[in-house]
Amino acid sequence: MIDFELPDQIKQQYAMFRQVAQASMRPISRDLDENEHEKPWDFINQMWPVIQMQEGHELKRAEKKAAAIAAAEKPAKPRKKRPSTATLLMAHMIEAMSWGDAGIYLCIPGGQLGGEAIKAVGTIEQKRRFLKRFTEGEPKWAAMAITEPCCGSDTANIQATARLDEETNEWVLNGEKIFVTSGLMATQESDGFVVVWASVDRSARRAGIKSFVVEAGTPGMKVTKTEEKLGIRASDTVSLLFEECRIPYDNILGNPEVKKEGTTKGFKGVMKTFDASRPLVAASAMGIARATIEFVKEMLEKDGVEIRYGLPRHQLTGLERDVMEMEAQYKAAWLLTLRAVSMLDERRPNAIESSMCKAKAGMAVTLITQKAVEILGPLGYSRKCLVEKWMRDAKINDLFEGTGQINTLIVARRILGFSRRELK
Amino acid sequence: MISFEPTEEQQMLIGAVRRFADKEIRPVYRDFEEEGEIPHSFAQKGWELGLTAAGIPEEYEGFAEERSVVTGALYAEELAWGDLAIAMHLLAPGLFAYPVLLCGTTEQKESYLPHFCEDEFKSATAALIEPTIRFDPAALKTTAVLDGDEYVLNGNKMYVPLAATADLILVYAAEDGATQGFLVKGGTQGLEVGDREKHMGIKALATYELSLNNCRIPRAGKLGGESGCDLGQLMTLSRIATSAMAVGVARASYEYALAYAKEREAFGEPIASRQAVAFMLADMAVDIDAARLMVWEAAWRVDQGKDAAKEAYLAKMFADEVVLRVTDGGVQVLGGYGYIREFPVELWLRNGRGFAAFDGLAMV
Ligand SMILES: Cc1cc2nc3c(=O)[nH]c(=O)nc-3n(C[C@H](O)[C@H](O)[C@H](O)COP(=O)(O)OP(=O)(O)OC[C@H]3O[C@@H](n4cnc5c(N)ncnc54)[C@H](O)[C@@H]3O)c2cc1C
Ligand SMILES: Cc1cc2nc3c(=O)[nH]c(=O)nc-3n(C[C@H](O)[C@H](O)[C@H](O)COP(=O)(O)OP(=O)(O)OC[C@H]3O[C@@H](n4cnc5c(N)ncnc54)[C@H](O)[C@@H]3O)c2cc1C
Repeated sequence: MIDFELPDQIKQQYAMFRQVAQASMRPISRDLDENEHEKPWDFINQMWPVIQMQEGHELKRAEKKAAAIAAAEKPAKPRKKRPSTATLLMAHMIEAMSWGDAGIYLCIPGGQLGGEAIKAVGTIEQKRRFLKRFTEGEPKWAAMAITEPCCGSDTANIQATARLDEETNEWVLNGEKIFVTSGLMATQESDGFVVVWASVDRSARRAGIKSFVVEAGTPGMKVTKTEEKLGIRASDTVSLLFEECRIPYDNILGNPEVKKEGTTKGFKGVMKTFDASRPLVAASAMGIARATIEFVKEMLEKDGVEIRYGLPRHQLTGLERDVMEMEAQYKAAWLLTLRAVSMLDERRPNAIESSMCKAKAGMAVTLITQKAVEILGPLGYSRKCLVEKWMRDAKINDLFEGTGQINTLIVARRILGFSRRELK
Repeated sequence: MISFEPTEEQQMLIGAVRRFADKEIRPVYRDFEEEGEIPHSFAQKGWELGLTAAGIPEEYEGFAEERSVVTGALYAEELAWGDLAIAMHLLAPGLFAYPVLLCGTTEQKESYLPHFCEDEFKSATAALIEPTIRFDPAALKTTAVLDGDEYVLNGNKMYVPLAATADLILVYAAEDGATQGFLVKGGTQGLEVGDREKHMGIKALATYELSLNNCRIPRAGKLGGESGCDLGQLMTLSRIATSAMAVGVARASYEYALAYAKEREAFGEPIASRQAVAFMLADMAVDIDAARLMVWEAAWRVDQGKDAAKEAYLAKMFADEVVLRVTDGGVQVLGGYGYIREFPVELWLRNGRGFAAFDGLAMV
């Protein structure tokens, strides 16, 4: 049945996250924007136990599943069970946190995207080895390093290499990664790790690209630059240099074999993690969008302006039209996001829906926040309010995890049934 | 629990309506458009899908176990994908039936609703729009004045679908400034059906001007009796139906343009191989899906008994914009051919333009 009702449990948790966002993020939001490179330690320490619990839960589930697979002679017939709501919950948490502050949200410790990659394709041994750290001790981070100076959208063209040293049975990484979110926290400020994309065979192009886990403190890896940015300043974005950086053979994620040139199966595997992460980026965008719309309406209300829904269009003021357009774009993007998210929970392929919601959300939050600055005028532009900051924060959502164009390109190829060659 | 899957029953119904749209509507709609006429026999065929009766509960001889606006939105999209004029013709009886179902007194429901569950197409309609710019359904110029045991209606209407053949017309008029509905039988004295109207699109749909000159109806003909009707609620349902149809029209144009762009070659390759064309198509796909989800959410809220006024209003605002942009894009993708009436996209642009201009012309 077509249904838009959230399960009660998610409603409750969502309400709780919204409370945290209000109480622990908003008060420090402006400060962290003005003081780039500072970290919200109180908030991090507050969130860490929650993350530990979540990660512990997930690890336990992975163990259980592995044990079940090991025990069963042949795989048990899949029972028809209720679809999971894990991604739905995650999306609501991210939305609420980003309503608080999108930059601070990105500072939350835990596996984040790097962890997701391991959860998606890692063996149970790898999950134990790399993810256990998020269930104990001090806060730790993980990061994901794909982008290079030469190429961001064109991920197939990355230059970093991984060479197998057969004598020591180690991978040797060389290359430079840029724009690594939480790279500093993951590799230098905590015992975390970074998942690095590198090619084991450049002549094989896409098929040669694999991902590797490099743990904090591994010799040969260093942070060479911390970027200063337009927005999400609380989140560190760094360059990582790999020079003869040696890691154990077992740190490769997925199948080490290079399929013959022309096949892209391995690459498709890594790209699949985007299907899961893009709706979550969209959810983050929607948090900023909601914050902005709520604030604009609140300010207008204080000023005696009520948004009158239901009137014939010719009676609407330009201002009302603008606000309604913001709300309609918000709703459009949010519903597309919920659809992509619920498909993930139902384990249905969602590549097109995932790119649709990401493209729409990135665009919508950009338009909404930019319009808000215009509507609020001098106040909108002032650093006294957070709207100008939200506009700066918002823009990242149309850039990372596939720019708006790249996600539109993916949608276009899918609806047309065109290959990369047929639609460049 | 959040889900985007129609029920099995709904899927069966959509399947049937989609087949009808594809196999019955599509082969003839262009001829109907050029001729400006939907033959009665065709409307009868469409009536046999039982869509109007599907929204009427069993106690009034319909076959709705549970009335669902979501279901209405689903089939409205499919019909309009087939053709908007035909969709509006087939849904016109609902303009009378559903307000009676939602706001009518028990007596009104019992006396009118069973007619909509019979085998014969029930020609009924509503008269809301008035010949004025800056039209406002909440501030009608048509008046209703109580005179003894009768209401006296005066005023002018336009865009009244099927008025010439309608047995029943729900006339909206202002009583003491508030919009109320009045159930008028075709042929009542003082009810004059004017000229058949000519418009930019939906040419097959017969709409008329209507004038009310001291048209008298019994006091009991006021929709909802003494307490009247809830115009806001009716507008919400109308907005859901209309937006669903906008999605259907947009989808028709998008699908056609998509297939065309893969076939048509320019500069040695399919035009879809250029981002300038492919991105237009991708944007269309995204916005069509988004508009549909907004319609569904509003419809779902109605079914849940939640207030859906704002959702339906925003859904319509969004869908109106999307259908225009998408149908314009459809013409654009076809290039010169898009402008030629041998191809359907120009018709969809003309039809698509209508949505933002109207409110209240369909109901589910
Ligand atoms: C704050 C921040 C954090 C980030 N975090 C991470 C991270 O954690 N890990 C990571 O690996 N990366 C990260 N990135 C990198 C981000 O994913 C890339 O910046 C993004 O993918 C775009 O790549 P690019 O910068 O090389 O731009 P380019 O690929 O050079 O693109 C430039 C412009 O050209 C357009 N373009 C490119 N190719 C096409 C095409 N085929 N068709 C149409 N248009 C095209 C793009 O849309 C864009 O508008 C981060 C970036 C930022 C700014
Ligand atoms: C009423 C009317 C009068 C006309 N009068 C004349 C006349 O007097 N004399 C005459 O010679 N012609 C005339 N034309 C033809 C008109 O100039 C062409 O229709 C127009 O140039 C488009 O060409 P096409 O129809 O073949 O579309 P196509 O070239 O097939 O284009 C289809 C779509 O693909 C797009 N497209 C094509 N190539 C690319 C590309 N490389 N990159 C991005 N997008 C692309 C186009 O913009 C269009 O949206 C007339 C057309 C009409 C409708």
